[in-house]
Amino acid sequence: MANFPEIITLIGVNHKTASLELRERLACNAGYDEPLAALSKLTSLREYYLLSTCNRVEIAFVSTEPERARADILEALFAPAVTAEELEPHIYHYGQSAAVEHLFRVAASLDSMVVGEAQILGQLKEAYRVAAKAGGTRLILNKLLHKSFSVAKRVRTETRIGASAVSISYAAVELGRKIFGDLTNKHALLIGAGEMAELAAEHLLGNGIASIVVANRTLARAVNLARRFNGKAVALAELQEQLQHADVIISSTGAAELILRKEDVRRVMRSRRNRPLFFIDIAVPRDLDPAINELDNVYLYDIDDLQGVVELNRADRDREAIKAGRIIAEEVLKFEYWLENMASTPTIIQLRTMIEDIVLTEVEKSAGRIGAVSDAQLQALEKMALAITSRMLYHPLKYLKEEHHCLTLEERISMVRSIFELDDASRPAPTGDTLHA
Amino acid sequence: MSFLLFQASFTLYFLAAAAYLVFFFSEKAAIRKNARLLFIVAFICHSITITARYFEAGYTPIATHHETVSFFAWGLGCGYLSFCWRYEVKNLGAFISLLVLALMTVAAFASRDLVSLPPLLQSAWLPLHASLSLLAYGFFAMAGVGGLMYLLQERTIKRKRFGLFYSRLPSLETLDKLNHHCLSVGFPLLTLGMITGSLWAKQALGTYWHWDPMETWTLVTWLLYAGLIHQRFTVGWRGRQAAWLSIFALVVALFTYWGVSVFFAGYHGKFS
Repeated sequence: MANFPEIITLIGVNHKTASLELRERLACNAGYDEPLAALSKLTSLREYYLLSTCNRVEIAFVSTEPERARADILEALFAPAVTAEELEPHIYHYGQSAAVEHLFRVAASLDSMVVGEAQILGQLKEAYRVAAKAGGTRLILNKLLHKSFSVAKRVRTETRIGASAVSISYAAVELGRKIFGDLTNKHALLIGAGEMAELAAEHLLGNGIASIVVANRTLARAVNLARRFNGKAVALAELQEQLQHADVIISSTGAAELILRKEDVRRVMRSRRNRPLFFIDIAVPRDLDPAINELDNVYLYDIDDLQGVVELNRADRDREAIKAGRIIAEEVLKFEYWLENMASTPTIIQLRTMIEDIVLTEVEKSAGRIGAVSDAQLQALEKMALAITSRMLYHPLKYLKEEHHCLTLEERISMVRSIFELDDASRPAPTGDTLHA
Repeated sequence: MSFLLFQASFTLYFLAAAAYLVFFFSEKAAIRKNARLLFIVAFICHSITITARYFEAGYTPIATHHETVSFFAWGLGCGYLSFCWRYEVKNLGAFISLLVLALMTVAAFASRDLVSLPPLLQSAWLPLHASLSLLAYGFFAMAGVGGLMYLLQERTIKRKRFGLFYSRLPSLETLDKLNHHCLSVGFPLLTLGMITGSLWAKQALGTYWHWDPMETWTLVTWLLYAGLIHQRFTVGWRGRQAAWLSIFALVVALFTYWGVSVFFAGYHGKFS
């Protein structure tokens, strides 16, 4: 086990490398439980976590044999639906600090389709919660993910990347303005009551939309959401009738098949007297028939299309992205430092140095208080103090150096480090000289 | 005098169109303000030109080709100012000012001689009939230009390729409103133009309707616009269909205006 170094690896596909269609097939629609159970059976993985959103599917893992682990994962998660050969050209693969950096970028929403949108952090936290519960994450990934949350928070507070509210909903509002001119007398219909729909609704309301209706399979959730927006809740079965009144429709259900087809919308357009309809499909897999866009006065955008809209005012955000990139680079360095210290030798050195420092300082102080002390006496005092130190450190060091029957090396290191507070940043890192001390 | 004034208006329209074009590409708000100011000054100068010509010629200057085209351009300017007074239509000015400039160029190349009106045209009906009809054409031309803009913008949004036009053209709703506005002003004007023409014909020639080619084609134009308006109000025709039909109707209207006098003989053709 200890022969090979453990490596953090992150593999996945996102909106830049894979088409919506491929992402639809990879997405874990039934929740994380099943894929996580599949991952837990892989012996090549020491730690793992899985994130699946409509824009990305990513697996971060710790393993001593990353190549074998990667093949195992692709086989275990996607094998029947998507073969490894098919997937290969779309996958990105990051190791060690590149993986850390990527995860930080994802958490800080720099890698999002809509840079700066806040949904991703919530999705990441949820993915982590489930993975931790399933026992997938341990020392390294726990630290890495917790760190990524704080990095995201730092980026959010120190840059304006989130403040410009660039998100799917922003893109939707922009387009809505180009179609309707003015949103104040328009009505929105949300199909599905997910988090994304909620954010979009908030944004639309902020831009003056007249009313919001929520249609959901489970009416209770629709009622809850509708209450928040002073809106109305309806059942999914009333969808056709609701289309008469709505102008902007945002669909984000978890349904596996299409919920609206071209014919359904064509029928509605006649009774709407051709007033325009603007559909936004943010569900993966898609809720709305792509052919709907072919109808006159009907505009359908899915999440990939919305990217084009957002790209328009990208220049403004580039500056902030550079600032955010610097924060991330800084945090990656800090994490690397932590990771290096996780090996046993630096911990032993650091522990020794720290204790010896304390002891010698105390000896000096006492010597000052005693008054006239000869050099020989001082040396004797120091010798005694160091002997006590060695005796006292004997067991903690042995604990670090020797195999333990039920705790892994990382867990032992982590325990010692936290007992002695060795990760306190105010203390200097051990340097090469101290090795011989 | 009116000759010089015409040159001045032409130059001002040229400057306005140039300014609008610069605004179109640069999207700087300050330029837009100046462009609009230039256009208004040009329009006022043009109005003075027409008034001056009225006093020089001794008749309402809507008889010769130069005069009608110039008046058509003036009518278009009227329509544009009347609309942008009430609504904001981004970059409509660029399109309209170019069209006005094109019309003014046509007018500049036509003979500018003053003519003595034949007895048939020496009537109080002339200014009424001709100005109403030409004003109607001005509004229809604007509907056509709006239709073109609509089609460009609609194509961008449908195909999801955001190029030159997306940010520069107004919203679809605004353009559709423009279409509605132009039709609901232009159509009554055309109807009035036809009624006054018919009354004039009764007075001068004895019958209301002669099936003169111009009359026939005007009727075709009128029916097209009537159909479009009818569809708008009953079935809710709008957007792309309305835009296409506005453009088609404008082509027919322009044919009525220029083509008929070239291809057919009739008492309208003698002067225009």
